[in-house]
Amino acid sequence: MNIACRVVNLQEEYTKLFKDQKALLESGAPNKVNALRDKAMAIFEEKGIPSNKVEDYKYTNLQPYFKGSLNLSLSSEAAHANVTNHFHCEVPQLETYNVFLVNGWYSEQNEKIAFPDGVVVSSIRTAAKDHPEVFEKHYGEVAPMESDAMVAMNTAFAQDGAFIYVPKGVVLDKPIQIVNIMNGETDRLAFQRNLIVVEENSQVKVMLCDHTVSPNKFVINSVSEVYAAENSVFDVYNIQNQHNLTTQVAGMYVHQKKHSNILTNSLTLHSGITRNNVRVTMDDEHCESHVYGLYLSDKNQHVDNFTFIDHAKPNCESFELYKGVLDDSATGAFTGKVLVQKDAQKTNAYQSNNNLLLTESARVNSKPQLEIYADDVKCSHGATVGQLDDEAMFYLRARGISETESRILLMFAFAYEVIEKIRVEPLKEQIRGLVEKRFRGEFDKCDSCVVCGQAGNTVSCL
Amino acid sequence: MLVIKDLHAKIDNKEILRGINLEVKPGEVHCIMGPNGSGKSTLSSVLAGNDKFEVCEGSATFNGKDLLDLAPEDRAREGLFLSFQYPVEIPGVSMVNFMRTAVNEHRKYRGDEPCSASEFLKLMRDKKKMVEIDSNLTNRSVNEGFSGGEKKKNEIFQMAMLEPKLAILDETDSGLDIDALRVVANGVNKLKSSDNATIVITHYQRLLDHIVPDFVHVLYKGRIVKSAGKELALELEEKGYDWIKKEFED
Repeated sequence: MNIACRVVNLQEEYTKLFKDQKALLESGAPNKVNALRDKAMAIFEEKGIPSNKVEDYKYTNLQPYFKGSLNLSLSSEAAHANVTNHFHCEVPQLETYNVFLVNGWYSEQNEKIAFPDGVVVSSIRTAAKDHPEVFEKHYGEVAPMESDAMVAMNTAFAQDGAFIYVPKGVVLDKPIQIVNIMNGETDRLAFQRNLIVVEENSQVKVMLCDHTVSPNKFVINSVSEVYAAENSVFDVYNIQNQHNLTTQVAGMYVHQKKHSNILTNSLTLHSGITRNNVRVTMDDEHCESHVYGLYLSDKNQHVDNFTFIDHAKPNCESFELYKGVLDDSATGAFTGKVLVQKDAQKTNAYQSNNNLLLTESARVNSKPQLEIYADDVKCSHGATVGQLDDEAMFYLRARGISETESRILLMFAFAYEVIEKIRVEPLKEQIRGLVEKRFRGEFDKCDSCVVCGQAGNTVSCL
Repeated sequence: MLVIKDLHAKIDNKEILRGINLEVKPGEVHCIMGPNGSGKSTLSSVLAGNDKFEVCEGSATFNGKDLLDLAPEDRAREGLFLSFQYPVEIPGVSMVNFMRTAVNEHRKYRGDEPCSASEFLKLMRDKKKMVEIDSNLTNRSVNEGFSGGEKKKNEIFQMAMLEPKLAILDETDSGLDIDALRVVANGVNKLKSSDNATIVITHYQRLLDHIVPDFVHVLYKGRIVKSAGKELALELEEKGYDWIKKEFED
């Protein structure tokens, strides 16, 4: 069931949409999901879609992107479509457990994969039926809807998404790859809600690959909640590879217990407007978190990475590194909030954000934001904005390497550090290749330029 | 091979080269000496195509082509090589990738097919042996964390890989200990043939014990004020530059 809505005044229409379609929203959705809707909607009504007047969204006014005529699938019909067969994955040859989501819905085309040792990968709807105790315990517990309007909006409208459960002591042999496809003949709005529970002593690596396959405007508000239990190791790589008409608000919320080790990496290779919210709560001692990101933007693209590392307990370590290359009139932002709470002694928190601006018109705002209430901690932060090094350029050219090739080598060298942080060796290889392709302007996302009318500088865009 | 006529160049409106004339023929080794600030490094930068310097007068032809008209990469592909006085560190660009790109760009320019992976590795291996460079260096990023001596050896290694017709060694000997100096000089000598030429820019006679020049030129205040055979270097070592300065000013 598709509902078309025309949004001009945001809250009013979204509120009306919610009220009018509540029956459909609730139909077939898990009880816990439905139970949170009213409260979430009340919060969303009060806060609204964030404009740049909201401090945490200072560099990204989301309001214009959530306006217009958008379609919302209120049932899983779209996910029955056969798009997954036609879909060509940019990360081939990688051994993964592969599942598809279409427009936020868990695809019923997914083959039944036999997961080892009781690992579960399913839609959240199925999960609520088959594993109610896990689902009810964790759904809605990690993502903070009280403080973030986009989480509240997602919680109010969410109907489906992926569920991953790794039982105690299981180390999954291959990464789980969740391919999110946006597709349709009309402009679309989608809410996706994922829940990942990694139990004690377990390890899992997840890839979230976001793609668009039709040249429509897509607005996506996704929220992923991760619960990492004691001694667990969890990696998530969010590979964003969408066309310029895409607006994506991607929320990744991780809750860590004792001795857990987590890694998030937001790899924004191509997208229109991207806002990544990453929040990690270290709710126990001896947690380790690695929060990384790489954004490559050109034309009129915009990428905003907002991170919040919450050192709630002592003896935890966090490592944060974000790097960006911005070309043409692209804009970017980074906010690195680190909170070291009063009891969180012996905290080590490191943060770094480096940006490479290739043109006069590319812009970036970088804002480290440290709040430290403990007195025995080590915290560092650094932000840089610069251009390609002239001397290095000349050195490469003096060896016979063309100007274009020298630029690519240096851009790649800049991005390299984040790619090196990938803890899945074949994925690292693939990302290297993709990043290089991106710098060469060989990405096949450029058909969107014809549609959106943005000026393209690279050959493949003409 | 290289013909420089009345070359003038400036940086920030300050004229550094004030009429250089020099001709280098295949098989020759030229040495350029001179006091600090006389324009030696400027000359090498201008020849390699560093756009920080502006050529305001004169000409330079390289094998019949107007050198000053070529982009730095094309000068390199034509066979000009500059061993940098201060090689640049480029973290994140591996030596292997750097050299493979450079070698293949040279091949493409000549109309040859790119090197296969195995051919390339063999080439690397052979040249590493030839210039006695530590194998581990080529597994790292370009010059990153290299010592002064390692950087200079790496320049000679790159020279061996690219087999230039004309190599300009800009103070390649400065900061080298005796062993490294010998390695660098041996590398240069092994690469020498009757088809290629070398310009050695140096302050010290000691390099010339290893690399024997056919001509020694003294650069002073942007001009070549004296040219002679290798004995001139010995004379300079002994007497310094004052007598030349005096001669020039008279």
